[in-house]
Amino acid sequence: MAAKTVPGVLASFAHVDAAVEAISGLKARGFRDLTVYTASPNHEIEEVLDQPVSWVRLFTLIGGLTGVTAGFAMTIWMSNDWPLLVGGKPIAAIPPYVVLAFELTILYGSLCTVAGMIILSLVKSLKGRPFHPRFSDDLIGVFVPCSADQTPAVRELLTTAGSEEVTVHGA
Amino acid sequence: MTAIVHQPHHPTQTHAEVTRDVLATLSTPSRAYYMALFGAVAMFLIGLFTFVMLLKEGLGLAGYTPPVMWSVYITTFVFWIGIGHAGTLISAILFLFRSPWRTAVYRSTEAMTVFAVMTAALFPIIHIGRQWIFYWLLPYPNERWLWPNFKSPLIWDVFAITTYFTVSTTFLIVGLVPDVAAVRDKVSGWRKTIYKLFSLGWTGADSQWRHYSRGYLYLAALATPLVLSVHSVVSWDFAMSIIPGWHGTIFAPYFVAGAIYSGIGMVLTLLIPLRRVLKLEHMLTEYHFDNLAKLTLLTGSILFYAYAMEYFVAWYSGNTFEQTTFWRRAFGPMWWAGWSMIICNAFVSQLLWFRKIRTNLTSLFIISIFVNLGMWFERFVIIASSLSNDYLPYAWQTPAVTWADWGILIGSFGWFGMYFLLFARTFPVVAIQEIKEMIPYPRKHGGGH
Repeated sequence: MAAKTVPGVLASFAHVDAAVEAISGLKARGFRDLTVYTASPNHEIEEVLDQPVSWVRLFTLIGGLTGVTAGFAMTIWMSNDWPLLVGGKPIAAIPPYVVLAFELTILYGSLCTVAGMIILSLVKSLKGRPFHPRFSDDLIGVFVPCSADQTPAVRELLTTAGSEEVTVHGA
Repeated sequence: MTAIVHQPHHPTQTHAEVTRDVLATLSTPSRAYYMALFGAVAMFLIGLFTFVMLLKEGLGLAGYTPPVMWSVYITTFVFWIGIGHAGTLISAILFLFRSPWRTAVYRSTEAMTVFAVMTAALFPIIHIGRQWIFYWLLPYPNERWLWPNFKSPLIWDVFAITTYFTVSTTFLIVGLVPDVAAVRDKVSGWRKTIYKLFSLGWTGADSQWRHYSRGYLYLAALATPLVLSVHSVVSWDFAMSIIPGWHGTIFAPYFVAGAIYSGIGMVLTLLIPLRRVLKLEHMLTEYHFDNLAKLTLLTGSILFYAYAMEYFVAWYSGNTFEQTTFWRRAFGPMWWAGWSMIICNAFVSQLLWFRKIRTNLTSLFIISIFVNLGMWFERFVIIASSLSNDYLPYAWQTPAVTWADWGILIGSFGWFGMYFLLFARTFPVVAIQEIKEMIPYPRKHGGGH
């Protein structure tokens, strides 16, 4: 089942300064829910969008802490579960277990980071928002969700900023 | 394949040209590609046949000669693990250092890492003899509720390598997603359906980049200590024992430097022909090979120092067993292996002080072959030669190398080459989005960012 189209205006830009000008103009007019498509991350666009730092770091931290805890808990519990003296070391010897705890910290931290990237990216649904294949190539895309009565003004702003092409969706 | 034309450090193409050029590598492959793939599959089949024979007849087919019960298979295991180190070094550590030259080469080295670790992981399984119960290495109890011995470096190794394989594969896949999306948007038919599936709905929206960029940074930060730890753990497989020639505190840094050295050597061996086969001469330039060569020189020099230090420590320790082991490395029955290691690694790498050699692809390719050979010999010397002269002189024995050893060794190169070639044909071997990140978007009003 095709997703319901989000009504709005899609503009493509060949020039980064034109896209930045359009985004700042739109933000000044109160449009917050913009979607900007680029083929690679761009600092100017990041600055003008002014989004908060991603929470993916929290996933990394939780994953890492879970890993270190699991590493020590597993080795210590398993050693005590069937106590055997090996090499004259204590039953639960911490120094060798640091290696395992370290590996699990990295493993869980990495997997949780990827999970965080996926989960957080899904928080903002892009369903129904138009996309053009050239946005993964050489153009910058800006989609502005707006009602029919706002469309002419948005269209005018995007064209003035220097958009190559402006199309109206879901009108 | 002689001197490379000097090109500017930053790419000069436009964004559209980058997509076009990288996508061209995925078009119908050349005859050279098919020949290479055929060769790899043939080598893999040799390995497969040998493995079937090992399953049928047992490890007696391999050249295990007491007291040398770790020989070619463990040597080749450590060799492939080492190869896997260059990828994560280039993709993660140099990413954190913001080294611009890594961009064009990191994807292929990262793929090399994953396939090298996949190759290495086969060896402990081949080596254990009863391959069908390899899962005993995993932390689950047997029927008497006994758990693995976590004080053993061999168990540390299981954890280190599985973690390294998982994290490197994750890192490779995460890096591929935006590029697969770029391919998806350019191809049609069934290929579009496949790439669409693997692009995981990527559109390059700001909401995706925001989490992607951060996540990638953290993955790099986690992979950095991991890459340094994995070969340290591998080195402790040896250093934690009391075998003369193994029981050294320098083993961890010595092994890590050697791993990076061998990894870069393999990167050169793969990339020099690959840039020609895939027509990437304008993307992989003098700048990249010069930097790879400098890294080879640095790690080769660290190895030079480590070799010298090993001999010094053996002499300075006053320990007869240690001294005998090192004397026999140079002048014993396996002198040829000892000298191959020193010449290929310590001396040949020093040629890279000369810029003319660093920027000549033919000489770099030849040096890279010496690096690969030298690093295999290094592991053979450390493992087989040290075991061959243990504490009991009456038990000293020179290890035999049989057809079953060679068969598995050849098969491992085929297994690795097969995956690498298929990858190079299916996915972009140069990171499209990172190259584009280095090229500023055009500006309406001119000027730079």
